Amino acid sequence: MPGERVVIVGASHAGFQVAASLRQHGFDGTITLLGDEPVLPYQRPPLSKDYLDGKIGLDLLLMRPEAFYRDHRIDFRPGIRVAAIDRAARRVQLATGGHLAYDHLVLATGARNRVPPLPGIELDGICYLRTLAETEALQLRLTVARNIVVIGAGFIGLEFAAVARAHGKHVRIVELVDRVMARVVSVPTSQFFAAAHRAAGVEFTFGAAAQRIAGHAGRVDHVELADGERLAADLVLVSVGVVPNSELASAAGLDVANGIVVDAELRTADPAISAIGDCASFPCVHAEGRPMRLEAVQNATDHARCVADRLVGKPHPYNALPWFWSEQGPRRLQIAGLTAGHDQYVLRGDMESGQFSVFCYKDGRLLGVESINRPADHAIARRILSAGREVTPDEAADAGFDLRTAAARPA
Amino acid sequence: MPRVTYIDIAGNEKTLDIPVGTSVMQAAVLNGVDGIVAECGGSCMCATCHVYVRDDQLAMTPPMAEDEDAMLEGTASPRRPNSRLSCQLVVSPEMDGLVVYTPETQT
Repeated sequence: MPGERVVIVGASHAGFQVAASLRQHGFDGTITLLGDEPVLPYQRPPLSKDYLDGKIGLDLLLMRPEAFYRDHRIDFRPGIRVAAIDRAARRVQLATGGHLAYDHLVLATGARNRVPPLPGIELDGICYLRTLAETEALQLRLTVARNIVVIGAGFIGLEFAAVARAHGKHVRIVELVDRVMARVVSVPTSQFFAAAHRAAGVEFTFGAAAQRIAGHAGRVDHVELADGERLAADLVLVSVGVVPNSELASAAGLDVANGIVVDAELRTADPAISAIGDCASFPCVHAEGRPMRLEAVQNATDHARCVADRLVGKPHPYNALPWFWSEQGPRRLQIAGLTAGHDQYVLRGDMESGQFSVFCYKDGRLLGVESINRPADHAIARRILSAGREVTPDEAADAGFDLRTAAARPA
Repeated sequence: MPRVTYIDIAGNEKTLDIPVGTSVMQAAVLNGVDGIVAECGGSCMCATCHVYVRDDQLAMTPPMAEDEDAMLEGTASPRRPNSRLSCQLVVSPEMDGLVVYTPETQT
């Protein structure tokens, strides 16, 4: 395919990986990687953990040093926004002017912070945690903050709360529903993490909505809840989820439904355009083929590899097992598979000891496994679920049962 | 600085001078050694920085923690007695001359 032109919009985990995998597989055409941030592609997970905490610097945050792009003939362009896709002419129009022609276009546009429509949301001291710039702003504020309110008890909110508590700050988390990480984990996992954060001094208000954010001289002063309670705050982290960046696709006439709609090979209805990572809604074989949009490094990079394989002439349906992780203080959560919608769960290990797994089932079939400080369970669960093997609830609950037996079963 | 040599499945070799305190994974990523993916960025969460340490050099490497031992159950290429996660191989002066082999696949 000499001379073939691949343009990738978005230079985070998904976009970077398409470029890297194409070269790894010997793709000989041109690769243009467009990022809208002013820096080299970097890893996002450490932002809310080691980078925020100052344990690693920018060099170790970057996916690869600058020389990598030169050596692999990847034309990385920072600070570039794409204004429109001209599908008929197969080119993208850049916001700064000019066009780029493509033979294949990969949309890896990711997602952006959901900004709740609250009065006062524009006040100084309202922070987010998704980009490097946001993290650096948050880092500065964290050093001087005293009272922190976190809106939303998802992964980001909880990871940040753990870091902020370790810095001795007063932290209150306001969550709309009645438990932490409700969208993605089972009740026991929620309960364990809520208790662990409480033991570390984090305060929670569940079942509560922020009504407005009030300030003095443009700076945040407190968060007011729907019931009138006022929570003093000089720093508010808003972590209430994301919105997929699908406008570019919809403006080009491509289907959008909670993300850019793609087929089993991650192609849009236009065969010259693929969509991957956080922005893509794909039929997920690990969710009975239902359309899924996942926000995870694994999803981004495995999507990227699937598209790169297709572009070098080795197409295959996307079937990688979803997995996730979170580090909250000293506690590690690893999830294999998609546990949402389970109708039964069994515990393996002892929750009191802080090392256990939750095996989640639906109609008797294993959907996924949440492991808390039990990395062996996670590693083996990934093998079991990837291979479509089963572990019965009785086996999972039996400490004497070796999970590797299940992984090694014939199909 | 201690020197570590990476050899891929095709036999390609690359030798790096690695500052003490940097992991074998970090050095590979910073210097463009292919064959180490390190999807989780070095948190011992993903098992995609798997390497095989040259058989006679295992004693040069730091002892294996429980987490690493556990995650090695989930490597994409087969686990062998000399398997390690390179994010956990933090380079020390004793590791000068270490040779690691990258596996066929990490994912």
